[in-house]
Amino acid sequence: MSNKPISGPHVAATRRVDQIMRMVILALAPATACGVLLFGWPALYLLAVTVISAMAFEAFCLKLKGVAAMPYLRDGSAIVTGLLVAMTLPPWAPWWIGVVGSAMAIILGKHVYGGLGQNLFNPAMLARVALLISFPIEMTTWANVSPLLTGPGVIDSLAITFGGLEPTDAVTGATTLGLVKTEFSQNHLLPGILLDYSGFLAFIGWERGSLGETSSLLLLGGGIWLLRQGVIKWHAPVSLLASIFLLSVIFHTWDSQHYLSPWVHLNSGAVMLVAFFIATDYVTSPNTPQGQVIFGAGCGLLIFVIRSWGGYPEGTGFAILLMNAVTPLIDHYIRPRIYGRYRNGRPLDISNP
Amino acid sequence: MFALFENPRLRGGIHAEEHKAETSPLSIVTDFPLPKKLYIPVQQHVGKPAEPVVKVGEKVLKGQLLAYSQGTISAPVHAPTSGVIADVKDFPAPHPSALPIRTVVIESDGKDQWVDLVVPEDPFQLPAEEICARVGTAGVVGLGGAVFPSAVKLSLGRKNKIHTLLINAGECEPYLTCDDRLMQERAEQIVAGIRLMLRGMDAPKAMVGIEDNKPEAFQAMLAASRDYANIVVAQVPTRYPMGWDRQMLRYLTGQEIPADGRATDIGVVVHNVATAFAVYQAICLGQPLISRVVTVSGAAVAKPRNVEVPIGTLMSDVLAFCDLDKAKMARLIMGGPMMGDALPLAEVPVVKACNGILALAAADIEEPPVQPCIRCSSCVTACPVGLLPLEMASRIKANQLDSAVDLGLKDCISCGSCSYVCPSNIPLVHYFKFASGELVKRQQADHKSEQTKRLIEDRNNRMERIRLEAEAEALRAQEARAARLAAQQQAQQAKAEETV
Repeated sequence: MSNKPISGPHVAATRRVDQIMRMVILALAPATACGVLLFGWPALYLLAVTVISAMAFEAFCLKLKGVAAMPYLRDGSAIVTGLLVAMTLPPWAPWWIGVVGSAMAIILGKHVYGGLGQNLFNPAMLARVALLISFPIEMTTWANVSPLLTGPGVIDSLAITFGGLEPTDAVTGATTLGLVKTEFSQNHLLPGILLDYSGFLAFIGWERGSLGETSSLLLLGGGIWLLRQGVIKWHAPVSLLASIFLLSVIFHTWDSQHYLSPWVHLNSGAVMLVAFFIATDYVTSPNTPQGQVIFGAGCGLLIFVIRSWGGYPEGTGFAILLMNAVTPLIDHYIRPRIYGRYRNGRPLDISNP
Repeated sequence: MFALFENPRLRGGIHAEEHKAETSPLSIVTDFPLPKKLYIPVQQHVGKPAEPVVKVGEKVLKGQLLAYSQGTISAPVHAPTSGVIADVKDFPAPHPSALPIRTVVIESDGKDQWVDLVVPEDPFQLPAEEICARVGTAGVVGLGGAVFPSAVKLSLGRKNKIHTLLINAGECEPYLTCDDRLMQERAEQIVAGIRLMLRGMDAPKAMVGIEDNKPEAFQAMLAASRDYANIVVAQVPTRYPMGWDRQMLRYLTGQEIPADGRATDIGVVVHNVATAFAVYQAICLGQPLISRVVTVSGAAVAKPRNVEVPIGTLMSDVLAFCDLDKAKMARLIMGGPMMGDALPLAEVPVVKACNGILALAAADIEEPPVQPCIRCSSCVTACPVGLLPLEMASRIKANQLDSAVDLGLKDCISCGSCSYVCPSNIPLVHYFKFASGELVKRQQADHKSEQTKRLIEDRNNRMERIRLEAEAEALRAQEARAARLAAQQQAQQAKAEETV
């Protein structure tokens, strides 16, 4: 028996950080697998490069910091970051996009702030936005759906990811949101633009888009599983989706020629991924349920605003980063009420009930 | 998962592995072999220590007064068995520090012979003041762990005209089942104790809150209180820390005690269920508080059970009685595993506060390394008070104690829910206890410097006064001398005139 004085509690719950990270990876796995299946070997190569380089950068930063890398690498947070970065990339992007993305996420997004739990911005979204601004061509070249078995083979795919082979126009196209933005600029109106759009295919993921973002169905499933496991709370995802839904219903009803329908909004771009896996990021979202509702609603609002009136077809990355910046403010003002006190901190007054 | 905003009456809390099934089906063991020596500390309660009235070598009977209560907030202690006073000395206390405190040592004579007990003819006809007085002289204190002298609380309740007596039978700590068993086996006596408490406080009604993981105890209490419409037995959800009196009160009545107030401010007094039983013993049987039911459990104990042990029995004796595997014991805890104290040695006496003795094995207390906070806010969700443990801890880590106080450090009840759920295993409660200690230290330092300042000022004033007095004295002396001189001159003159 040790004689070191120890504070209670003398028992603890069994869920640990590495378990949480494992569960998040598990929840992301179906959507990622779907991306690999839909976009073939290049997607798998890009995924591997991104995740491995994320781990390498993590190890590098920890070494610079002078701490043993293994315990931190084992917690799985770097894998989650790498995975999330990869999922937001165009599936046929060259390998260095993945490496640069991982470097930005891990070094600039995480370790510059002091490592796990210290960052102000979501590392994956930071990387996404930085890449989009720095490499607009590579980041907006979207491969057609070309499933693993019928698309380019194992060797040909190496050329796409590592050989610098630029995909031809024949195998690429625009995402739904990108198409809408371009067509609007040519004064085309809505119902006509989306004649080829299938709401069902978009829902299951059979459309052009980022590696792991296309399948709303699988992302939703993974998110609900995490909710049921108690890893994430419903407040941010629900308020994010609800605010996009409400705004798009209002504007679509008012002017259906210029504003996309709620179904298109919720099923395109990164909305589902962001709602369940980014807006629920522990580190960069508010602490309280009420704060998380505000955070989610703010993200939804910004996503809608950027998509509808902004210069970029998709606004999830910017929306998240902007709301991340507001999180400390939300946490400052939204606090739980303390027992026996009013919200402002004064003790309850019982003299006049 | 989808509870929009939580039940406003029930905030936070956790559901730990209960470990109650090991002991809850077993009857309380009442034939614990009388130990050879008993160690009775004179301080087993909140307030001033009791003052011993016995001398070494004196023969005492079971229930005889050993040390009397000093001051308004204090409680006497009595001899748990008959025997000879072997010593009055400093002996390790059941406290994490195991620092020695004044302890009366009795060598038992094995006869277990009672003193003459005063039993009233009809206890329920005693006047309220008399009930309070008898509870006080019997040394009854709060047996839930707070050990506040019960008589003081009863008198306070009477003076404040309370409307409800809340009997806390939550027993929300894992492992502990002593209150559970007590209610199952001695419900009638507990209800008698509650009625006496009501009478002692002139209170109209009582409410008993029992966690719903104790259905047998609930049924027993329900049956025992059937004839008394003013005693309401209610079930409360099983969620630690339900036994936090303010939480239970909020759940049962919807009322909150103001942060700067007491339960009496809203017309409520809270007593533990085991205290009600002790009150019954004190009034109806005339017996002082000299034994209590203790849960002995944990993976290192082969025969976990509830034992009624005399106060002053060494924990090592109780553990041996329950077949402790010493090699397996990794940590010894007095109380429950959430808020109990880890003791450095087992050779300390069972005191009135001791509701559990847990010998936990290494597997129970396995502590993975501390990782950085990932701001998952599990602690915010778990905190029953509504604090932000992660923020408080980060401020304390940066030595910003004032900022931590602003966040509500002083409202923390150290229940440990935050540390329990933390996936990074951050010892949050440890931080808060440390910070509270630092604050006390700082307060003491401030107090000391103030006192020093006052002393210096006093001294200066005193010196000034002395100086002034000395001057005045000198002046007076001078005047007197002058007067004397004048008188002499006058006399000489007169003499001269006479001679002339």
